[in-house]
Amino acid sequence: MVTVTLTVNGQEKTSDCEGRSLLSDFLRDNLNLTGTHVGCDTSQCGACVVHVDGEAVKSCTMFAWEAQGADVATIEGMAEDDGSLGTIQQAFQDHHGLQCGFCTPGMVMSAAALLKKNPDPTEYEIRDYLEGNICRCTGYQNIVHAIQAAAQTMRAAT
Amino acid sequence: MPKDFGFGASSKRREDVRFLTGNGRYTDDINVYGQAYVHFLRSDVAHGTIKSINTERAAAHPAVLRIFTGADFASVGGLPCGWQVTDRFGEPMKEPAHPVLAQGKVRHVGDPIAAIVAESAAEARDAAEMIEVDIEELPAVIDMRAALDGGPLVHDDLETNLCYDWGFIEDNKDEVDAAIKKAPHVTRLDLTNNRLVPNAMEPRVAVGDYNSSNDESILYTTSQNPHVIRLLMGAFVLSIPEHKLRVVAPDVGGGFGSKIFHYAEEAFCTFAARELKRAVKWTASRSESFITDAHGRDHVTTIELALDHDGNFIAIRTSTLANMGAYLSTFSTSVPTWLHGTLMAGNYVTPLIYVNVKAVFTNTVPVDAYRGAGRPEATFQLERVIDKAARELGIDPIEIRRRNFIAKDQFPYATPVALEYDTGDYHATMDKLEEIADLKGFDNRLAQSKSKGKLRGLGLNCYIEACGLAPSNLVGQLGARAGLYESATLRVNATGSVTVMTGSHSHGQGHETTFPQVVSEMLGIAEDQINLQHGDTANTPMGMGTYGSRSIAVGGSAILRATEKIIAKAKKIAAHLMEASADDVEFSDGTFRVAGTDKEVAWADVCLAAYVPHNYPLTELEPGLEETAFYDPANFTYPAGAYACEVEVDPETGKVDICSFAAADDFGRIVNPMVVDGQVHGGIAQGIGQAMLESAIYDEDGQLLSGSYMDYAMPRADDLPSMVVDHSCQTPCTHNPLGVKGCGEAGAIGSPPAIVNAVIDALSRGGYSHVDHIDMPLSPHRVWEAIQT
Ligand code: FES
Ligand code: FES
Repeated sequence: MVTVTLTVNGQEKTSDCEGRSLLSDFLRDNLNLTGTHVGCDTSQCGACVVHVDGEAVKSCTMFAWEAQGADVATIEGMAEDDGSLGTIQQAFQDHHGLQCGFCTPGMVMSAAALLKKNPDPTEYEIRDYLEGNICRCTGYQNIVHAIQAAAQTMRAAT
Repeated sequence: MPKDFGFGASSKRREDVRFLTGNGRYTDDINVYGQAYVHFLRSDVAHGTIKSINTERAAAHPAVLRIFTGADFASVGGLPCGWQVTDRFGEPMKEPAHPVLAQGKVRHVGDPIAAIVAESAAEARDAAEMIEVDIEELPAVIDMRAALDGGPLVHDDLETNLCYDWGFIEDNKDEVDAAIKKAPHVTRLDLTNNRLVPNAMEPRVAVGDYNSSNDESILYTTSQNPHVIRLLMGAFVLSIPEHKLRVVAPDVGGGFGSKIFHYAEEAFCTFAARELKRAVKWTASRSESFITDAHGRDHVTTIELALDHDGNFIAIRTSTLANMGAYLSTFSTSVPTWLHGTLMAGNYVTPLIYVNVKAVFTNTVPVDAYRGAGRPEATFQLERVIDKAARELGIDPIEIRRRNFIAKDQFPYATPVALEYDTGDYHATMDKLEEIADLKGFDNRLAQSKSKGKLRGLGLNCYIEACGLAPSNLVGQLGARAGLYESATLRVNATGSVTVMTGSHSHGQGHETTFPQVVSEMLGIAEDQINLQHGDTANTPMGMGTYGSRSIAVGGSAILRATEKIIAKAKKIAAHLMEASADDVEFSDGTFRVAGTDKEVAWADVCLAAYVPHNYPLTELEPGLEETAFYDPANFTYPAGAYACEVEVDPETGKVDICSFAAADDFGRIVNPMVVDGQVHGGIAQGIGQAMLESAIYDEDGQLLSGSYMDYAMPRADDLPSMVVDHSCQTPCTHNPLGVKGCGEAGAIGSPPAIVNAVIDALSRGGYSHVDHIDMPLSPHRVWEAIQT
């Protein structure tokens, strides 16, 4: 057993887990943050994407103890302070960028990371960036639209 | 003006809010106090006899609660098949036992041998590694022809690998044979419909729980149809009466057919929870999904199309081998028969059709319905052979289709394969397609591609599908062991808000938004006053669930009927309040009025009166406002459309780029256009996946080579084009009161032939006209090879 302490969505959390526990398991099982999903066991699907120290990371690719002391952001922390949807989340709803919702947390976290790096991505750049996030429902078209719309809103706000 | 609520509005999906904030409640998010975890030890060989299982060391692991093997299930029922097919000779299909845990033999890689229940999932896995299993490996049979040709028997007791030999319509066979023999032109095509893995992004999960205080079993499961699971598992497998069994399918992360079926793990968790008096949870790893979720397609077909010199269709004859895998999954037997043979007329007048299907057992994962289920297989062969015939006869591919279309004035149209299409206008959808795909501009684009050294091709096809399953009495005659109605309860609350309970299940379709739109339209109250409840057998009426594009057509119609009953009763209450006769009461926009007077009473006041019946006709009318309807459809519905795809092929490498994809569909009346667009996008993406990327490949020993996302090519964002979809052609369905047709599977049915037709067209225009077919997926290697030969 190891004791892991990290900051998640601005709050410090401590919990014990096995040395082999993945960060995705730790978030889901220890911290009950079940918005982070697990869709594969080969680090291919991206359902588990979170931000670790500001970078988008597939949380199934690291052990929980590797996130010791890190600053982690998950889908649960993406809404506005008043509880309303954040810009990217709102764009996904407005543009029907989700169906079953299973890939969605990973998509939103990836989109957030993309827009931080590239506030005005082309369709090609969006599709290219999402290469590590699989969605079986939407055909990606409305996800692309949602991210373009979110980018526009965010640019207009700055 | 687009509407902003009710029928026809692109209402935003209310369920999105919880999904977007991480508040979805999927089965793996459910943890029951004190739960244990199960890990299944699975066969790593495709075929073998279990000589011994030594669990001693594993059982001594301190965290292990119990280890189950086949012996524990010897007296438990097997997993049932829900559809009995009768063969050409009037005999029932062969129906092998399908045990929950293997009994003496394993028949595919992934077949469960033992189940280890432990305090944690990791410890259950650790203990599984301590189990010693001695399996004597037997030769496996993977290829369907080999299976029929004296290959090893998957089930010794059946003495054959042939599940059934089905002829449709058998009485027409001789006439079809004779017509083909004397036809002026016969086009023949041999093709494979590649085997696919459905790959809903949420792996399957089951949590079995047992409440000893009332002897109730509860199963939380990733299912598209919780009532069906309760019925099958309770009645056939575990002998638990329905009133002691509750099945909950909460948020489900995609299904595409693969979550219709009743799986062994569901029965195991429910059984083990009763045995251990503790909840038992199983979460599939993706690797496990690949070798346990029912696969899709896997047909090998020869199709012949007989035509006259003008390209008019005379007859069609097909012969198909359909892979069943090692066991019969729940609806496996219906897919290559009633969901495939009945569709062979397509959108065309073809006087004579005969379909033969041999269903074959092999040492592979069971094969069952996957988005489209039988209809993509029918459409693919028909639309490919039509294209080939057009090429042979020198007729334009659009023209040959138009020449053979069932004309608008021929509806209702009875096909020679037992369906009666109610409505359609295939010329209109083709016109629309020509417009949205900008076919006039093709020559320009062709020239541009040429200048880059690329071969450009245009592929077209039409499709029809039969969905909205189905009249129960009809499917009963065809062998279904279940009814196919749908149910709805409308509970109007005292303050006028409404709870709708449906037997349909939403796993991405957006029912929580679209079903209330129907009710909102009818009652004239705001959508947010209406709430949808689904997915729990404890609080929804018995219904058959969601698959086969049936939810709005069948489930929506049940809701309409229940709402009509509510309005009828509410009018009586309103009449009493207004001291009028119920016959004189009109209802619109949430207000009851007495015709020709200024008397009116609001919806909310009527609802309140129903529950606080102080001024109420108690001797004539019960208080309360709650109604249930079961709707059994009059017939299938028949959405149809025309699709076009343009590709560029690099003749140096064989690489295919999809440049554009356009879909013109006729879905009848539409409740929520935004949701329909999304359904079509997703269906097309899966069709493009099948045509370009996906393939479940077994080696000859029965190992699944494409068993993870490293090897099984899922379509990703950069593999897909931006699609143009249109559903403005609308011929309302006459088989249901909403006038709707299904839209969930159309994209997956209609897209693969357009893509293959486009590639063959590109090669033909580029001087490789010897290539008349390439089997899917159209990998660069396959295309390059075809060019070289
Ligand atoms: S669960 Fe992490 S990439 Fe699939
Ligand atoms: S919305 Fe279902 S997998 Fe993306």
